[in-house]
Amino acid sequence: MEWVNAVIQGVLLGGLYGLFAAGLSLIFGVMRLVNIAHGDLIVLAAYLALVVTGSLGIGPLPSLLLVVPLMAAIGYGLQRLLLNRALGDDLLPPLLVTFGLSVIIQNGLLEAFSADSQRLQAGPIETAALPLGGGLAVGVLPLLQFVVAVAAIAGLQLLSWRTPLGRAFRATADDPEVARLMGLDNRHVFALAMALSLAVVALAGVFLAVRTNFDPAIGPARLLFGFEAVIIGGLGSLWGTLAGGVLLGVAQSIGAQIDPGWQILAGHLLFLLVLAVRPEGLFPRLRG
Amino acid sequence: MSAAPAAPAQVSHGTRASRIGLPLFLLLLVALAAAPWWTDRQGMRLLGEVYAYAALASLWNLLAGYSGLVTVGQQAFVGLGAYVLFSAALLFGVNPLWGIPAAGLLGALAAVPVAALTFRLRGAYFAIGTWVVAEVFRLLAAQFTALGGGSGTSLPASVVASIASGRAAREQLLYWLALGLAVLILAAILLLLRSRHGLALAAIRDNEVAARSCGIEVDRTRLAVFVVASGGAAMVGALIFLQKLRISPDAAFSVNDWTALVIFIAVIGGIGRVEGPLIGTALFFLLRETLSQLGSLYLMVLGAVAIAVMLLAPRGLWGVLADRLGWQVFPLARRLEPRAPPLGTAPPPTTRHALAGADHENRGDTR
Repeated sequence: MEWVNAVIQGVLLGGLYGLFAAGLSLIFGVMRLVNIAHGDLIVLAAYLALVVTGSLGIGPLPSLLLVVPLMAAIGYGLQRLLLNRALGDDLLPPLLVTFGLSVIIQNGLLEAFSADSQRLQAGPIETAALPLGGGLAVGVLPLLQFVVAVAAIAGLQLLSWRTPLGRAFRATADDPEVARLMGLDNRHVFALAMALSLAVVALAGVFLAVRTNFDPAIGPARLLFGFEAVIIGGLGSLWGTLAGGVLLGVAQSIGAQIDPGWQILAGHLLFLLVLAVRPEGLFPRLRG
Repeated sequence: MSAAPAAPAQVSHGTRASRIGLPLFLLLLVALAAAPWWTDRQGMRLLGEVYAYAALASLWNLLAGYSGLVTVGQQAFVGLGAYVLFSAALLFGVNPLWGIPAAGLLGALAAVPVAALTFRLRGAYFAIGTWVVAEVFRLLAAQFTALGGGSGTSLPASVVASIASGRAAREQLLYWLALGLAVLILAAILLLLRSRHGLALAAIRDNEVAARSCGIEVDRTRLAVFVVASGGAAMVGALIFLQKLRISPDAAFSVNDWTALVIFIAVIGGIGRVEGPLIGTALFFLLRETLSQLGSLYLMVLGAVAIAVMLLAPRGLWGVLADRLGWQVFPLARRLEPRAPPLGTAPPPTTRHALAGADHENRGDTR
């Protein structure tokens, strides 16, 4: 029963990793940018939520109404002012610029909030659980988080394939030059993609902050989890990304069940295993 | 190679700048080797750190600037080297000095399977993949209870005493080892870049597809560079922690200490040139000694400087100087020059033209 429980918890945790990964995957798809600061932006969103809930006296879930648009605005500005200048044929500038950004965000948060662990209080919902029978139960909050993750990824999928914005994303991803010839402003399209990515990051950050303690230094590990979910699931597929997140979550929670020191290690080892036997990921997007 | 017919032109590596720069650099090395006589313990300690960072940044530059292997995971090998030295000294009773070459050997060996996995990832995903590997190393080290697990361990006094007789002698020895290792690594990089593998690397850097079509074995060349650079990083790591006398997984596999700062150094000095990381190291230590009392603000300044340099002067300080003034310290250029012509014949008139296109090696990221 313990093991079944570990798997269920892992699946729910995987929803969060799917959210980490979806934002990463989106901007890589549109502009081939790997954002090293992704994890630190998740933590930044968590701190924004901390400030919003603290100063307005609202709960974490209503705070999303403010944190999501704020992070999206930060994303748009970041892309227009900084990241667009770094994009090009050369791999180094975007990588190193986002690396510098990661250092700045981490130390900025350290300066503003100290290294103390923080946590968002969500009230009675934190301890509420639905019994599944047989001694098993799932927490309402993890379940909600998983449902939100699935909904967010479904929303991204719809947006990609059913809206003019999604068409612009796909067109720019396929051939930025031709997209420009067709009248798209790439700088604007990239900035919108980054805004959307950071909106997803905001969701992930708030749920992370409710679920666990956080401090300014935990960003890089979140980046690695998101990245692993992308590679396990297969590049270019949003649903694959969610599946990758779920597998990673299950691996971690089974690892933790064996020995608490093995939680993170088990996830990394699953990633390396996938890389060794199926480097294209488990569910790569079918090329048509 | 020796059977090649006599060509009308030959490749020369030096320029007037390198004929001035190289002797000056050697003079600087002599002065640094004499440091125990002109500086105190603090000074030697600081210089030892300078050499470690110069070596790590040079190795990272070899990977990222010359081979297209942009990694953020070299702390895996720094930490591995440190753990090899501590294991050798504490578990096998070997003199810790032998731990340094052992670390180099095991670091190079470990690089082979790491490359086999991470080379499957391209570009920026390779960077994060190497980071995951470094995290795996760190977490495994934390499970290694014989060396203190997650909290680490120290070298006991008896082991420390076996390095040299007396504290002053030990510190001098470690100082010269640090300088010697940095010079060894720099010399290895120079020899590699001067060899035909260096020409292959320049070709891969400038155009991978064209290099492949010329018959360069891109993957094997990259693997060789990765193995060499990882062995080097492991030796540096072993020496760093021999100076610290204390080890823990978080310190040995720190991404901030062994990768973020190293990348910062290479970026501000100039990626894709051997001189860049050396200049960058000097700049970094100047910044650190003046700003470090600012705490985390200081690291924010470093991040901002790195971003500004990357966007405004992507070739770094040395790149700007070298482009404007034609400076180079190390004779790494490749120029076609006429062979001394037999008496009475004029040199071929086309050589100047060929020269412009052949000055290839020492240029920055011209993609």
